[in-house]
Parts: sequence; structure tokens; C-alpha cells
Amino acid sequence: MSIAAIKSDGVQRYSRFLLLVAVLLASAACISMIVGISVGIGDMPIPLASTYAAIANRLGWTHVELNRIHETIIWDYRLSRALVAVFCGAGLALSGAILQSLLRNPLAEPYVLGISAGASTGTVAVVILGLGAGSISLSAGAFIGAFAAFFFVALLSNGARGGADQTILAGVAASQLFNAATSYIVTTSGNAQQARDVMFWLLGSFGAVRWPEFALVSIVVGIGLVVCLLYARVLDAFAFGDEAAASLGVNVGRARLILFGVTAVMTATIVSMVGTIGFVGLVVPHAARFAVGPLHVRLMPACAIVGAVFMVAADIASRVLIPQQVLPIGVVTALVGVPFFAIILYRFRRAS
Amino acid sequence: MSIEADNLIWKIGPKTIIDGLSFAAEPGKMLGLLGPNGSGKTSLLRLLAGLKKPTAGRVTLDGKDIAQIGRRSMAQRVAFIEQHATTNASLKVIDVVKLGRFPHRSMFSGWTVADDAAVTSALERTEMTAKRNDRWQSLSGGERQRTHLARALAQSPKELVLDEPTNHLDIHHQINLMRLVSALPITSVIALHDINHAAMFCDSLIVMQSGKIVASGSPEDVITQELLRDVFSVDARVESSPYHSRPHIHFVR
Repeated sequence: MSIAAIKSDGVQRYSRFLLLVAVLLASAACISMIVGISVGIGDMPIPLASTYAAIANRLGWTHVELNRIHETIIWDYRLSRALVAVFCGAGLALSGAILQSLLRNPLAEPYVLGISAGASTGTVAVVILGLGAGSISLSAGAFIGAFAAFFFVALLSNGARGGADQTILAGVAASQLFNAATSYIVTTSGNAQQARDVMFWLLGSFGAVRWPEFALVSIVVGIGLVVCLLYARVLDAFAFGDEAAASLGVNVGRARLILFGVTAVMTATIVSMVGTIGFVGLVVPHAARFAVGPLHVRLMPACAIVGAVFMVAADIASRVLIPQQVLPIGVVTALVGVPFFAIILYRFRRAS
Repeated sequence: MSIEADNLIWKIGPKTIIDGLSFAAEPGKMLGLLGPNGSGKTSLLRLLAGLKKPTAGRVTLDGKDIAQIGRRSMAQRVAFIEQHATTNASLKVIDVVKLGRFPHRSMFSGWTVADDAAVTSALERTEMTAKRNDRWQSLSGGERQRTHLARALAQSPKELVLDEPTNHLDIHHQINLMRLVSALPITSVIALHDINHAAMFCDSLIVMQSGKIVASGSPEDVITQELLRDVFSVDARVESSPYHSRPHIHFVR
């Protein structure tokens, strides 16, 4: 390699690094912008400037005089909600991307492993059956249910020496089983009000989340993102299937275990906090792939960013679409997601 | 000896797929694997590439049992081309070829000059340099197979294991691929259906039937009228080709 070539290679690397920094800064700006907008919207509108000033004040950077009520609303209610939405969106999108790559199925999404169905069963078991006699919270019940379903799928697909298809079939079986269990509990022992509460919770809501939830979800999704980045090349190696990955030197069993595990923990955490929000994990990875291509080093951060922005935007939409009423967030994401899903199906049919 | 199989047995449940195979592949030569459908060719190749563990017996690389060699070290010297591997990801040719460098890179290491050199030379050898930025979905069957070969070469293997790589290719691409593989200075084990191609390009042949070796040696010794009748159940005449002096098979109607 000549010196000129090395030089141009260096210049290329440098300019690529600058581009990366620029994209990351732009993404951060985009996310903080939409978080600011989200915080400002509600029964009491708060100007964008007050929001940023309140955050800067709390971080000890500035000392701007602000309306006390505004500051309380920002800190105690809306900011935590918006930030939880950021991490939930990122986590669901990452989970979807992992599953689509690992199962080599463009229609895979975080709930394909039966996690949402398990979570709903856990929830109704706590809320309606009174499992744990008050010692288990609704979230804990959902988390336990989600993991029960995940282990059921793992058992079923490993029993069949699980390839991708077996995993998906096992997930379908688990979803059916746990959904049936949920319906059984609701119809036999629930009253109308309880059933309505459970339904509303299942469709997703950021209404109840505060700072403790933020702390947990940010740690879980943060770890998830790091694992995704570390395993980016491994995920690339799965492009031609498990056997091809193994022949490239991937420890397929360990990689599947770790990646499925990360997906399950992220999804179960998110579902137990905000209910089952559909379509984010399905739609966002496709959109991100369209923008940055199929290589996971870029795809994963892109999924996290697009997922975060999409989720906060959906949360805003859920609050402003119908005046004086908050729509379940799952309704909003599905309303946006289904048309997108149709486009994916159409493109997929053309490609194959 | 590079790849060697020693009394290899592989069973799925009660069914014996590979039944006590022993052979050795000569370094730098091309070893052809013939046999009717279901004779265990693909299973044998998987065992050789270390993708499946034998029920009994062992596969050795330069005398070392591959069960003692880690997945990654194995992938650094043995490349495997599956039958008909495809993807729905819209990867570029260059991305697929770069996958071949996976076993040579650690989780944190960047892209090195050596990686780049291996990929460039693999693309050149397979004549895919001009197509390096084309998407997988836009490639023809021949180009896909050449991309797989380029990926395998980027692994810088000492041994190459190929499972019917010429299936579904037109005759031009079949001959091209066979010529390319036979000219490589590495040991290759290749499963084939076309007996004429095997006779033309392979240095030695193994014929399998029901998981056993029924004949092995040079193409001249292995390919006989009796073998074609007994193993492949076809009536054929074998003569020495006036063009390449290897055996040529005429199937009789």
C-alpha cells in the first residue's frame, strides 16, 4: 500500500468519524427536542424554554427563576414519563431487530417469544386472582409471567433441537396458551371493571411511570444496547443461517442464549412497566434498515434512536389526538404500524 | 495429510447415516465425493467441517482431533460452503465476503490491512470485484455461488469443504466454478452429482453408498461401468476422453 493510499485511508477514516459524531449529535438533539415537546404538552402547557431551564436548574448548571408548579409538573410527572418512553422505544426496537436477525424472519417482533401473552397472564393472576396476596405488585406479576412464557418457549424449541422455525412455532403456541389462560381468568372470575382495567393496562400506558421505573428501564436497555453493539458482527454472521454462522466460528448456542436472554429481559421489563405496546419492535427495525442498511454495527444504534423518537411521538399523539382523553399507546402505535406493516408485506412479496 | 477421517460413525436416533468411514485428503488436492441421493455426502461434509459431532470415530486436521479445536480456530482454517445458503437481508457482495474475516477478528479489533488484502484477493480470484457493491437479491445463482466462494476464500482457509456447489448453475458457471476450485492451492473436499465433472477436475474420488465408502482412488480407477451400474443403477460406458485424457461417461439409453 502506497503512502498516498494510507493517507487517503486516514482521511477517509477521519471524515467517517466526523460524520459519526455529527449523526450522533443530531440524534441526541432530535431526542431532546421531542422529549421537550412531550413534556410541554398536557392540561397545563409548558413552554419549551421552561422545560430546558428546569432541567438545567436541577443539574446545577443554571439558576433561572421558574414557576414552581411548572417545575414540579416537569420533574415529578412529565419528564420521567417522556424519558421512560425514550428507553421503552429503544428497547423494543432493539429486541425486534435482534429477533428478526436471529430468527431470519422479517415478521418477527419482541412478542414473538410469547412474552406479552405471559405478561398479561401474570397481570391478571395478580389483579384478578389476587396471587401473592398483595405482596406481588402488578409489574412483578407481569415480569414473572413474561419470563414463564419465555422459558416455556425455550423449553419447547430446544426440545425440538430448535432452529428458527421451531422457535417461532413455539412462540405461537406459548402466545395461544397464555392468552387462553388470561381470557379464562378474566371471564370466569373477573368483574367488568377489573376486566376493563386489565384491558387498558395491556394496551399500554405511560401514565404510571416515575423515576424508579426510569432508573430500571434505562439500566436494562442501556445494557441491552451495549450487548447489541458487542454482538453486532455475530448478528451479521447469522445472515445465512445458524449453520453458516457456526462455520464462521460463531458459538451459535451461546450467542442465541445471550441474545434471546437480553431480548427477554428488555421486553419483560418494558411490558411490566407500560403494558404491551405493539408494532414498535416490528416496524422500527425495518425503517432503520431502510435508512442505514442491514449491517448491525449501524443498524442497532439506528434502531435505538428511531425507536426512541417514534415512541415519544406516539406518546404525544396518544395525548393530543382526542381532547381531554388519553388513548392507550398501543392503539396509536398500531394505527401507525399497520399501514407500515402492509407496506413491508407488499415489498416482501415483490422481493421473493 | 490434512483432513483425515478415522472410522467415522454418525447416527440420528437409531438410524446410521455415516457408517464407519475412514479416508484421508491429500494436501493441496481436490477430493471429490460421489454417491446417490441420501448416501450421506452432506452429513459427511458437516462432520468434516466440525458442524456436527460424530457418534464415534474422529476427524483430524494435521493429526489433531477437531473435537479439541475451538470453533473459532476451526473456522480460521476450514471454510465450508453450504448447499444453497441464502438470506433475506439486502447485504452487498462486499459485506458477505467480509463475513469471511469474522473468525480472524476479535470482538473489539478493527478492520486491518490483512483483512482488506484477503477480501480484495478473494474478490479478484472469483471475478466478483466489479460486482462488489451489488445487493445479494440482485445476484444470479452463479454470482451468489461465486460470492460464497469469495467469502470462503476470505477466510484464508487451508481446507475448503463444498457441498454440491454447482447445483442450479448453468453449464458455463459449473465449469467456471470447478476450474476455479481445482486451481486453488488448498485442500478441497467437494460433493458432486455430475460424474463427468468429478472425473475431469478431481484429483481423487470417493464413492459413497448408504453411509459407506464403496470405492476410492484416482478417477481412472474409481469410475467403471460396474460401479455406475451397482451404485448409481445406470447403464453406462466409460472411455478415456481424447480431449482431457480423464474418464468420460456415456450414459446408454
